[in-house]
Amino acid sequence: MFSGFMLNSWIVASMVAVMAGCVGFFVVLRGSSFAAHALPLGTFPGAAAASLLGVNPLWGLVVFSGLGVTGLSWLARRQRNDVATGLTLVALLGLGTLFLSLSGAYSQAVYGLLFGEVLGVTDSEVSPVACVCAGAVAVVALCFRPLVLSAVSPELCRVRGVSAARMDLVFLATLGLATAMALPVVGALLVFSLMVGPASAARAFTRRPIPAMGISAGIALLTVWAALALSYTTNWPVGFFVGTLAALSYAAGRCWSWAG
Amino acid sequence: MDILNLLVAPEFFANGPVRTALVISAGAAIVSGVVGVFTVIRGQSFAGHALADVSSAGGSASFLLGINPLLGFLGIALLAAGVIELAGLRRVRERDLATGVVLGAGLGLTALFLYFDVTTRSTTGVAVSVMFGSMFAIPASLIPLSTGVGLGALLIVAAIYRPLLLTSFEPGLAKVRGVPVRAIGLAHLLLLSLAVTLSAMTIGAILSTALLIGPAATALRLARRPGWAIFLAALIGLGACWGGILLAYDSYGWTPGHSWPVSFFIVTLIFLAYLGASSTAKPALKRAG
Repeated sequence: MFSGFMLNSWIVASMVAVMAGCVGFFVVLRGSSFAAHALPLGTFPGAAAASLLGVNPLWGLVVFSGLGVTGLSWLARRQRNDVATGLTLVALLGLGTLFLSLSGAYSQAVYGLLFGEVLGVTDSEVSPVACVCAGAVAVVALCFRPLVLSAVSPELCRVRGVSAARMDLVFLATLGLATAMALPVVGALLVFSLMVGPASAARAFTRRPIPAMGISAGIALLTVWAALALSYTTNWPVGFFVGTLAALSYAAGRCWSWAG
Repeated sequence: MDILNLLVAPEFFANGPVRTALVISAGAAIVSGVVGVFTVIRGQSFAGHALADVSSAGGSASFLLGINPLLGFLGIALLAAGVIELAGLRRVRERDLATGVVLGAGLGLTALFLYFDVTTRSTTGVAVSVMFGSMFAIPASLIPLSTGVGLGALLIVAAIYRPLLLTSFEPGLAKVRGVPVRAIGLAHLLLLSLAVTLSAMTIGAILSTALLIGPAATALRLARRPGWAIFLAALIGLGACWGGILLAYDSYGWTPGHSWPVSFFIVTLIFLAYLGASSTAKPALKRAG
């Protein structure tokens, strides 16, 4: 289970889990789970576009996540948030179907991008993911106070001279960049589960922001480790275990706060 | 006449799969347009998208079990709607979280079923056809069932039209007047499941959101009365679907070898309609409060 070809998977999955746990804390706090779902999913056609043009897929993913963030913040000015998110998502995915069809990507590749190809990570894939995860965690750490403030009380935030709209953009850009890099390895849908489940469970155990973020990252890490181990032994897709375990941790959190 | 022939090839309507696609997508577009208007007003686009995504688990399971795909999509969508309702709808933020968690778990199931599809039945194209739709591969035998589901949804809307409208625009007032807000909310989730199931069959699970909220958001910018918005949304959806099918049919000659995906054209037409409407009109209908 810890042999050579699995080692990279463990490293990458752990890094992505910590990143998702930290960013996920803000996803839950700001109530932006739709955006957290839409950005990774809308980014994945970038890989198909890149393979059509013959460039490095990472560039395609970065461009598409940029498009997603721009579309979201542009549409959100004229439309309710959830409608803006939905429209951006389907516009990107619509382009995605075209690129997928033109590039002749076969079903297995689509499956990998959506649900992750955690087993079989090459050495060259480890360092970009590491950089981006570190970057995302750094942005979250640097902007921690304004991010919390703008989520909890936009009015107070405005009084202090921090624009809530700009914090939104910072947050979305972090989210977009982080998911773009993690995507080829863990898949669009898995990133989302890791952001929402552990962070919402962590909320039940403490009300203080920094411990909650730590607990969230911890649960995400445990989820990924358990999912990898289960996936290795059963041969079932890792996305199934991550989704189920994340939902279970949410249920556990609900039970905990209900009983306490 | 020549130009018309160039646009609409003479054999277009004689083609069996095309006719099936036209009929089934019309049903999906009308139901999605009608239900979509209420969904946009209520701010439940995320629930609509989540139900569609989760229903893909049913779609992929139906390939595995060899049952009618419509029943697979529908069963899981109804189940997910029940779980979302049970998990609590008190506060918008909590509802979004519960929706997100159900969505994550449902997509995990999809991953599992697709894996079984590929390993045990060697149906390799199933991931693409479930997620992105396969309009021209819909068997004609599905027409009666999907028409029935569509008519059922429209009948439910007609039956609860006034309370549904009131709870969507003015939930507070509806409560004061003694409208069962929670029951109407549940009925709306049921309608949402029916609508996304129909469109998941046609343009794919993850794109069905386009048909649900695109025409509705466009219509709500143009229309001043709810009834008019509903009619307009259904019309825009229908136009986008039929236009998309026509363009996909024509696109066979554009690139050598294969035609462009019909879902791409439908989503593009819907998005263009929205951009056109939002650049010309201010939002006409808004939820008060």
